[in-house]
Amino acid sequence: MAIPISYNIRNLKLRKGLTIMTALGIALTVTTVLFLMTLLAGLRQAFVTSGDPLNVLVMRKGSNAELSGGFDANLFPTMKTLPGIAKDSHGEPLASAEWVVVIVLPRKDGTGEVNVTVRGMMPDGLELRQLPRDNPRVKLVEGRWFETGQREVVVSRSIQRRFAHSAAGDTMQFGKGPWKVVGVFDAGGGAYDSEIWGDVNQMASDFDRQGAYASAYLRGENPAAAESLKNAVSDDQRLKLDGMLETDYYAKQTSSGGPIKVVGWMVGIIMGIGSIFAAMNTMYAAVAYRAREIATLRVIGFSRPSILTSFVFESLVLSLLGAVVGIALMLPFNGMTTGTSNQVTFSEVVFGLHMTPVLVLQATGVAVLMGILGGLAPAWHAARQNILAALRG
Amino acid sequence: MTLTTFVTKSAFRNKRRSILTMISIAFSLMLLTLMMTAWRAFYQDQGSEQSTQRLITRHRVSLTFSMPLYYQEKMRTVPGVVAVTPTQWYGGKYIDDKPEHMTMQFATDPQEFFKVYTDYKIPADEVAAWQHDRAGAVVDSNLAKKFGWKVGDRLVIQGMTFGGDLTFNVRGIFTAPINTMSIYFDRKYLEEALPMFRDQSGTFGILANSPADVPKVATAIDDMFHNSPQQTKTESEKAFGLDFVAMMGNVKAFILGICGAVVFATLLVSANTMAMSIRERTREVAVLKTLGFTQRTVLGLFVTEAAVVAVIGGAGGVFVGVGLMWLLGHVPQMAFFFSSMQVKPVTMLLALFVAGVVGLISSLLPSYNASRINIVDGLRHIG
Repeated sequence: MAIPISYNIRNLKLRKGLTIMTALGIALTVTTVLFLMTLLAGLRQAFVTSGDPLNVLVMRKGSNAELSGGFDANLFPTMKTLPGIAKDSHGEPLASAEWVVVIVLPRKDGTGEVNVTVRGMMPDGLELRQLPRDNPRVKLVEGRWFETGQREVVVSRSIQRRFAHSAAGDTMQFGKGPWKVVGVFDAGGGAYDSEIWGDVNQMASDFDRQGAYASAYLRGENPAAAESLKNAVSDDQRLKLDGMLETDYYAKQTSSGGPIKVVGWMVGIIMGIGSIFAAMNTMYAAVAYRAREIATLRVIGFSRPSILTSFVFESLVLSLLGAVVGIALMLPFNGMTTGTSNQVTFSEVVFGLHMTPVLVLQATGVAVLMGILGGLAPAWHAARQNILAALRG
Repeated sequence: MTLTTFVTKSAFRNKRRSILTMISIAFSLMLLTLMMTAWRAFYQDQGSEQSTQRLITRHRVSLTFSMPLYYQEKMRTVPGVVAVTPTQWYGGKYIDDKPEHMTMQFATDPQEFFKVYTDYKIPADEVAAWQHDRAGAVVDSNLAKKFGWKVGDRLVIQGMTFGGDLTFNVRGIFTAPINTMSIYFDRKYLEEALPMFRDQSGTFGILANSPADVPKVATAIDDMFHNSPQQTKTESEKAFGLDFVAMMGNVKAFILGICGAVVFATLLVSANTMAMSIRERTREVAVLKTLGFTQRTVLGLFVTEAAVVAVIGGAGGVFVGVGLMWLLGHVPQMAFFFSSMQVKPVTMLLALFVAGVVGLISSLLPSYNASRINIVDGLRHIG
């Protein structure tokens, strides 16, 4: 027969001080772990969800980032003649040649300067990023898109939040002069969320890079066409360029954030182990206090397994309490955006901290694990103790 | 029995509890040691003496833009400048791009390089050999040890960022104050392979007369190129390095946040233990007082006991922390950030001090309550 749950709850209530302090200790660990998990999830989101499997990215052979080197502008028309490219709204091949530069912008909160990616693109660049039509990967959330031939830029929503002079209607200073911010877009947490976009020719002339492009984007008609388009680019002897799927390009960059990942895991694991020992301590004390009580329960007829279960359960309740407090402590950080640097381009990757239900559940799981691991040994001790000796205690 | 033995005996009265508490505190203190070491390395250490005399100039817009090579000659004329060397990052890979094979390669001026990096130790004949071989390279002794390179070896570096493969002859092995993970080679060799670098340099390393000259030189250089098409940003070597730390994200807040959480968790653990331990001993306290121990002595006994437990746990944590730090310096992914970090004795002492203080504070309230107990009530108390 099982020992009623209310017995455990009442015991936790009886020793309020101990319960609260232990739960707070667990809560701190849960908060830290949850914070690190949201951080890592945001980071993963920024790279893994970036890119469209239908887009083929063309770069100079051997280069691993869009900003290294470039290719002659004359090669672009050749590229557009390759088979399998989808048609744009004018019936032309959907392709955009682009320039990517990295500039330094001051943070809004005055904590220094950050490298930000600026991308110059053709009108087709906007079009191919707003596909598929029913659920575009990039959405305009404010103002309008930049116009060709104008010194206009659109910025991502996270750039607008983090950097000064980047609201729609403001003027930004970079390159050779002022740029008007005409719109704000949202790329749903992908890599584009750390970028500023403008007209490719305007950008090239500002950074003295006319006559060449850093990369080109070709839109495949379907996955199979994208795959063969990729190979066609790489094999074409006239081009001497490399084609790769946009998704592969970003997947390769996930190594950026490596230090955060390692440190995050390490901190989480160390704090977690520390908490397990703290919980164990509390549960040992709880068992020791109630030695006579437990012996009485045994005499009445409760079995060893039910005593074991009961104390593990009590530890579990304690850790769940900690989890609830810990999750509550994390709430102020929810929705915060932060950045790290892309190791390939040196530019800032902005990502958000979002407590998704899955993450909250995982953090609770960590707390449950701490509770069980911390409660098992003391509960075992409780179940195994000598009845007679304890009754005499 | 002296008071010291009394405290020690009490601290280990309940062995299991003391050990669990110590382990718990040890884990927290280990983390604290790591975080404080990182903080120290990032924000306090100034590097070697020569390092405080060095500056780095880069393009004002960003590191990805380069400056004309003739800036080198102009910078040399700035008062307070001793030597200037161009450095151009090459961005290649050795064997493959796995983190354990990570190296950094820079094209520089062999005639000038060791005049700026005076704290890099290398035999004079190796420098001369490097200066006479256009395809020559000097490598960090840490890299040489790791990959088994010897003077006279050939190494192939595949260009990832800018393309082109370069084959070098190892002409010298230098020892720097920190692990630079770098290979330096003649910039003329790079210009031949990749014409885009002709008369261009990504950064310049500058040696100033004295650390006091550094801010003056930085301003003078940036003012000199203020009206040029390529403006510059000059800062101390330390500040330049910090930019890379800042690129990882808001590291300062991250470290402080973790330190805060850790200290608070330690406080809770210790307070918990002391509360349990003192409560059990209510009757003993009454006995002590009956024997004539004053309230103050009783308070002192308990507080010291808590501090002893916390410091022993802390010492364990610091010890493991030192080991973990060493380990981190050898994990390929992390070596870049941690290889130059070492837990300094000051940091260890500080960690122990924090442990002691946390122990003291955590036990104050329960000890105070216990010391004030009424003898008669205390004797009647049932644990």
